Amino acid sequence: MGFAGGMETAEILVRASLSDESTMNFYNEMMDANGGVRAHYQRYDDWLKSTPHERIARKRAEADLAFHRVGITFAVYGEEAGKERLIPFDIVPRIIPSAEWKALQSGLRQRVKALNMFLHDIYHDQEILKAGIIPAEQVLNNAQYRPVMKGVDVPGGIYAHIAGVDVVRAGEGEFYVLEDNLRVPSGVSYMLEDRKMMMRLFPELFAKHKVAPVQHYPDLLLEKLRAVAPKGVSNPTVVVLTPGAYNSAYFEHTFLAQQMGVELVEGRDLFVKNEVVYMQTTQGPQRVDVIYRRIDDDFLDPQAFRPDSALGVPGILKAYQAGNVTLANAIGTGVADDKSIYPYVPEMIRFYLGEEPKLNNVPTYMCRKKDDLDYVLAHLPELVVKEVHGAGGYGMLVGPAATKEQIEHFRQLLLAKPDGYIAQPTLALSNCPTFVEEGIAPRHLDLRPFVLSSGDCVNMVPGGLTRVALTKGSLVVNSSQGGGTKDTWVLED
Amino acid sequence: MLSRTADHLFWMSRYIERAENLARLLDVTWQMSMVPQSEDAANQNWHAIITLNSLDEAFAAKYPAVNAENVLRFMVSDADNYSSIYSCLRLARENAHAVRGTITTEMWETLNFTWLEARDKSFEQILNAGIGEFFEWVKMRSSLSRGTTLGTLLQDESYHFIRLGTLLERADNTARILDVKYHVLRPHGDEGATDFYQWGALLRSVSAFEVYRKAYRDVITPERVAELLILRNDMPRSLHFCMNGVVKNLDLIANRHSGETQRQAGLLHAQLHYARVEDILAQGLHEWLTDFMDRIYILGDGISKDFLVPLAEAA
Repeated sequence: MGFAGGMETAEILVRASLSDESTMNFYNEMMDANGGVRAHYQRYDDWLKSTPHERIARKRAEADLAFHRVGITFAVYGEEAGKERLIPFDIVPRIIPSAEWKALQSGLRQRVKALNMFLHDIYHDQEILKAGIIPAEQVLNNAQYRPVMKGVDVPGGIYAHIAGVDVVRAGEGEFYVLEDNLRVPSGVSYMLEDRKMMMRLFPELFAKHKVAPVQHYPDLLLEKLRAVAPKGVSNPTVVVLTPGAYNSAYFEHTFLAQQMGVELVEGRDLFVKNEVVYMQTTQGPQRVDVIYRRIDDDFLDPQAFRPDSALGVPGILKAYQAGNVTLANAIGTGVADDKSIYPYVPEMIRFYLGEEPKLNNVPTYMCRKKDDLDYVLAHLPELVVKEVHGAGGYGMLVGPAATKEQIEHFRQLLLAKPDGYIAQPTLALSNCPTFVEEGIAPRHLDLRPFVLSSGDCVNMVPGGLTRVALTKGSLVVNSSQGGGTKDTWVLED
Repeated sequence: MLSRTADHLFWMSRYIERAENLARLLDVTWQMSMVPQSEDAANQNWHAIITLNSLDEAFAAKYPAVNAENVLRFMVSDADNYSSIYSCLRLARENAHAVRGTITTEMWETLNFTWLEARDKSFEQILNAGIGEFFEWVKMRSSLSRGTTLGTLLQDESYHFIRLGTLLERADNTARILDVKYHVLRPHGDEGATDFYQWGALLRSVSAFEVYRKAYRDVITPERVAELLILRNDMPRSLHFCMNGVVKNLDLIANRHSGETQRQAGLLHAQLHYARVEDILAQGLHEWLTDFMDRIYILGDGISKDFLVPLAEAA
């Protein structure tokens, strides 16, 4: 897993002709097609060329040591309990010019707004289903659709308070949304730590560039969480709910709680009495108003969802339905970031906002449709096929990289259960110069901006988390597969 | 503060303090073993450490004989032994990990780095580098941890729980060191050079050698050693000093359930405050220390029930 919330997804973009990896086929973030340095990378390139190799090597070693000592690590499932790994950090930043970011930001705002309206709609009047824009059974029979949320009014009508939208660039550099992570997206702590590390290692670079700051993210998050407190609560108690120290993203949970100055709680620290949530403190019970929960719906309340969950809080759903506590994100957001719903997001934007989508979706074939299925079966070697409800990169076929046997295997799977799969063309993911053993070489990357919503306001800090696939030719940016991260710079004008 | 957070802080500080005191105890035993003595006597000293920690069974299950190397291996590096220095440093770090958002970055880094270093040292490496070096290192890491706590942490409830854990653990551990060493030393009683070195080593193990000189300006006698380590009000590792802090910190965190625990702590403190070493020795030091350790245990239990793992969820 590495990261919760679809951190695995960029691997579908494997441009899989691994044998003849010619970087010229990919959009390079730093260099243009003629091998010249793009304007927004010019100063960095000058600096890089004028800085001795030894100094850079020393700084890279320093970064490794610092990350280890601070313990910015993630736990790896299936390995010895308590074992932690570092996520490799690359010192070449991913730079985004101001104008590109503004366009991207405006597209993200539009998209997340529509997704929140969609969530409100399907748990209330279901206008979009009545209008026939999305087949009702696609939503209502979806395992992520939570009937317990029907008619529940959440503060400000916001469901996805925190969205981690995975964006990639392909072709001539246009942005595509790969996935909208609306459940418990993670990775923001790495975004913040990467920036801190870059400023510590190379302060001179920040004197030469006007890099938009990101360090206020925890304040922005706290502001949003406080804004969605239950009605009548003027000074809400906010907590972060974690599954515990062995969760892969535990570092981030502690980090955010500390940065916001709120308690980090586990399920066993909370209890519900008369539909009110309390935490157990050394001075007795204390009421809790807003819970930034980093636990999946299924584990939230053993009385309502999985009865075997030891991570949750019995009775919390009732307290939530009664409006006595706010959960961020809301219960039941998973239906909106499901792969079977993803193809409809552009339609949602048109339906709710009356606007044309500003960001591209990756064209998606829904195998439950006969025509789509026929096309997919005929083009398997070129396509990426994914399980609709799959996660973590399991149950996936990357056509161009697959063996004949694998393709045949998927053909049988598709024929047996077409509605369980979607397919997308293999995109040529953009790349960026990155330090690797041989020196500096282009590696593929993606971007996850963190989009925060409350009421009518949608905000984000400039940039997001850039993940990079460190293995040559690979587009697997997943942290547990050796993916790394880069600091992301949005340049101010 | 969350009860669970307080629990982790309390145990984090207990484990690092325990690691330090264990290093002190092993160090003094190691040093005493260098004074000429029969093999039996030497092994008896090592065996006392096992017995003191109620580890006879666990030890016997893994090691064929009681001797310096086996006991050191068991108490320093054995991951299966939850009382070893290795395990204490691991548990201190695990507890810190669970509350790393509550403690300061420096505190976390100190405990995390201590554990990472300890984890990478094999027993053979420790022996080769000189085991005394290792004990010094453990003491320094514990000091560093205490220092970063004092130097960086807001002195709110979290600080009080940390201090409470440190002092309660230290009271217990000093009593144990005194008990096991006094026991071994006392019967010989002769005023030879051997005794001087043995008492000197014991005092050094609790960093009290210079303190003794300063306080008494006289030869080392067992009575004064006992007095210094039990009753001296201003000696940071004495039982009296520890109980001063326990009472003070308990008062600062008091809640509506903690009255009985505070009373017990106050009583124990008063008894130390007004005690005379002659009376304690007349009663029998071993008996007195055993009773003291029992009462420390009861206090820890009371703190746990009152603050750390509240049973009733009465809102």
